[in-house]
Order: sequence, then structure tokens, then C-alpha cells
Amino acid sequence: MNVPESDSPTPTIIRDATCTFCGCVCDDIDIHVEGNRIVKAKRACALGTAWFLNHAADDRPSCLIDQKPASVEDGIRRAAELLTDARYPLIYGLSDTTSESQRVAVAIADWIGSNLDSTSSVCHGPSGMALQGVGEVTCSLGEVRNRGDLIIFWGANPAESHPRHFTRYSLMPKGMFLPNGRKDRTCIVLDVRKTKSAKAADQFIAVKPRCDFEALWTLRALVAGIQLDPEDVLQQTGQPLKIWQDLAAQMKQAKFGVIFFGMGLTMTRGKHANTEALLALTRDLNQFTRFACKPNRGHGNVTGADNVVTWRTGYPFGVNLCRGYPRFNPGEYTASDLLARREADAAMILASDPMANFSESAREHLRSIPYVALDPKETPTTRGAAVAFTVATYGINVPGTVYRMDDIPIPLRPALTSPHPSDFDILSGIEQHVRQIIANQ
Amino acid sequence: MPELFILIPGRTLRQGRGISEGKFGQMYQDEIHALCMAPEDMQRLGLANNDRVRIISPSGQVETTVAAAKPGELPSGLLFIAYGDLSSQLMGQDTHGSGMPTSKGIDVRI
Ligand code: SF4
Repeated sequence: MNVPESDSPTPTIIRDATCTFCGCVCDDIDIHVEGNRIVKAKRACALGTAWFLNHAADDRPSCLIDQKPASVEDGIRRAAELLTDARYPLIYGLSDTTSESQRVAVAIADWIGSNLDSTSSVCHGPSGMALQGVGEVTCSLGEVRNRGDLIIFWGANPAESHPRHFTRYSLMPKGMFLPNGRKDRTCIVLDVRKTKSAKAADQFIAVKPRCDFEALWTLRALVAGIQLDPEDVLQQTGQPLKIWQDLAAQMKQAKFGVIFFGMGLTMTRGKHANTEALLALTRDLNQFTRFACKPNRGHGNVTGADNVVTWRTGYPFGVNLCRGYPRFNPGEYTASDLLARREADAAMILASDPMANFSESAREHLRSIPYVALDPKETPTTRGAAVAFTVATYGINVPGTVYRMDDIPIPLRPALTSPHPSDFDILSGIEQHVRQIIANQ
Repeated sequence: MPELFILIPGRTLRQGRGISEGKFGQMYQDEIHALCMAPEDMQRLGLANNDRVRIISPSGQVETTVAAAKPGELPSGLLFIAYGDLSSQLMGQDTHGSGMPTSKGIDVRI
């Protein structure tokens, strides 16, 4: 991998670099490097620009043990001891690193008989559960770009979470079968509030808060030709029956419809039941036309986490390896539950920040147990870690593979060297030590 | 007398940029502490921009500043805040067997 020297006096341009801030994983960014800094990220959105321009090497030590500077070797040894000493450990995170590192994290979980969970469980985990029950009619973002003439966003706000979604994949591009781009597409946004994404749409439908399930089943009934009581529909969905009748008709008439859905469905009451309804609606629509749906995945490689954990254990997240074989049970082996129920007695947190994102009871328990944290940045989670590693940033310093939200693997083209080790190196070291400890037991 | 609202935590551009700039930085901290309310609710409760309010959920309570949402963006009865430490403090631990705590659509009192 061609990484420019950090003290190179001439500006260097890395073409077609990959942004890993969100699940769009745009791989057309031109990175301008001056000295040891990225000064420009051409074609990146506001989030991507902030990502590239704020990842100059952090001047914190590469390793802290009990918040005191230590050598990386000592940190690796301490981390391996801490994890092998535990009776019910948890390995959590995984979504903001390369699939190569994710693979090593799963291997460690396997060696120590750990619980293994990714940030999927607090993102689109419920969608993963739903697709196990219903199946998924899916497609690539390339198909959306070239064919999608009816684009629906449900409980998703890409204008703020995936800013290039519209321009690169779903709304603006001129596609093979949509020569006029945006003019050939219809866009509908459904949400409980009028988000910035609604401004880009042809129609906004306000769904009654916490009633997405009712709205989706209304549509399923209408698509199946079932008569509904207008008063019931209005009361349960917040919109008159006519709105849903028109939408159902529009869906059936589309040549290639796509529903992108977000955490407005998975994080709200109903969770996997909401996404199950949406996946089933998409399946039903295929009796009339071609329709697909896609979760708008957030973290840069959360899709990779699902893929890697699935190909190594058979399940996407919430896996327990204690008995030497994988068991899957969301609610039991998922990180938020394990911590809130005070069950885990040690943890390794890889590239995520549960100390900012979990419930207070989960955070309180994490605070009380020894844990290892690996992150390029200082976060509330790294601040409380028994062993904290500052690691090089994937995509900026570290090569590897990430999966776009449509499961397409994309290579990284790093722009800068880093004084910090990669999490792949740290995890490989921990795995080696863990194996030695186990062999000597 | 506290009034009942539904709180929707979510992502914003500034919160996303703040993650890259650093979670202890001004932009991120400002963004995750900014509660948005429908202008008509602000008026009814006699609140002005930057007034401090207490948000109480069944799982916790936090204090922060409130600002009016742009007209039409937020229906009456709904509140919005960017994901972060504050919204997590208001979230319950129960995942209903899904692994996911109910992180949107939280009943709160102001
Ligand atoms: S849309 Fe996402 S992947 Fe693309 S540049 Fe913006 S933050 Fe990066």
C-alpha cells in the first residue's frame, strides 16, 4: 500500500480514497496531503471532510494502563491477562475498523469463550432479527442508482446522517434506465418529524409517533386489496386512508421501488416488529413490481461487522461463545443487556463508545469492571479503560477492507502514516498472548 | 406542572462533525445539549430560546437549554435532541429481548 511519507515536503494527492465515516463508504475522494496533515478532501461531504481533516495523529501515548503511559507490549500483555482471567467477558464494538481487525476480534472471543457483540445491536440489530424471520428482498446501491424510480426513506434522515446518499446513489444520479436523473425519480419521506431529508423529497408523510408498525401494516393490507376503516386508519397512523391508498398505488406502479429505512424504525417501540413489517411489505410488493429495501447503515464498517461475525460464527451479533460453540440470543448476549444486568466481568471495547451511548445502568456497570479500549480518539470510554490503546485510523492510516451498506466490500487507500499501531496489530498481539496463556493453563 | 412530551433523539450534521473533531470539543458538546421544541409549545410553556429546562424520563433526568425548532419541522408534543450523553441518560435499560434499548420515542416530562 502506497502511503506517503508523513514529512513529504510536496503536496500529495491520494485519488479515490475511501471515506469510512458512514455506511455510504464513498470511494471517490481525492485526499490532499501536506506534510503530516490532510488539508483537503475533494468530493467529501461535511461529515467526510470533518473525518479526514480531524484525524491528524493524536499526540496521546499509544498505550495507557490505569491511565498512566505504558509500553504497547505491556498493554497487550495486561489486556490478554485481563480477558483470560474473566469468567464472563464481553467483546463489543467492531463497527469502526477494518474487516481484517474484526476477524481477529472474533478469534479472540472464540479463544476466551466470550460474549461477542457489535454496535449493530444498538443500530440495525432489530433489522437483522427481522430478516432472519421474513427474509430480505435486497439490491446493490448500483441498482438503485441505475434503476430506482421510486425512492422511499422511512425513519431515515440521510441529509444529516449520510449526506452523499442522494447525490451518489439514490436521487440525483443519471442512471442507465433513468437518463434524466432526479426528474425520472419520485422521492417520498416518511417520518415522525419533518427532517432535512424531507426537503429533498416530492412528498413528506408525517407518521404518528410510535405508530410505524400500524402504518406499515396499513400499507400491507392495502397492497393486498383489503378494505380498511378510514377512521381506524386515521386514528392509528395519524394520516387519512387516502394518503396510504395513494402511496400503495404508487408503490405498485413503480418500475423499481426501494425503501431505505433507518433507526426511526429500529430504535422505536416495536423495533424488529417494525422492520419485519417493512420487509414483509417489500416482499408483498414483488407480486406487482420489483421492490427492494435497504437499511441505511451508520458506521463505516458496521456492515462488515455483521458479515465477519456471521461468516465466523453463523450469527451477526449478540453471540455467546462460552460453551465452545456459538449461541445467538439478542437480549441475552447483547452488550447493553449484559452490562445493564451486571453480568460481564471484563470487556474489550473496539472502536466504539458505550460510555456515551448506553443506558445509565449499563454504563455504571462498565465503569465498575476492568476493560480494554481501542480507539483512535479519546472518548468517555477510553477515559475509563484499564488498558487504553490509541490506534491508527482505518482508511486514513491503515489499509484494509470495509463493507458498504449494501454488502459490497471496498478497499481502503490510506493517506498518512501514524505513530500509533493499528488495532489489527494490537489485536493480533492480544490473540497471540491469549493463546499462550491458554496453552499454559 | 410538568407536561408530557415524546423525545426523539437522532443524528445531526453538527453532532456527526463533532464526533470527528472530538467528543470533548465545543461543537459536539453544544450539539448534544441542545433540545429542540415546537415553537407553539415554547409559547404555551412561556419558554424563550436558551432557557434551561429539566427533562425527566422514567429512567433519569437531565437539565439543558431549549430552543425553538424551525416552523413546521417538529409537531407539537414532540422534542428532538442530538444523540449523546444526555439522550442516553434518559433511555431505559430494557431492550425487550432485542439488544436495543428504546432510544427513540421516549416519554418525558418537561
Ligand atoms: S456520505 Fe458518508 S462516506 Fe460519503 S463522504 Fe459523506 S460521510 Fe463520507
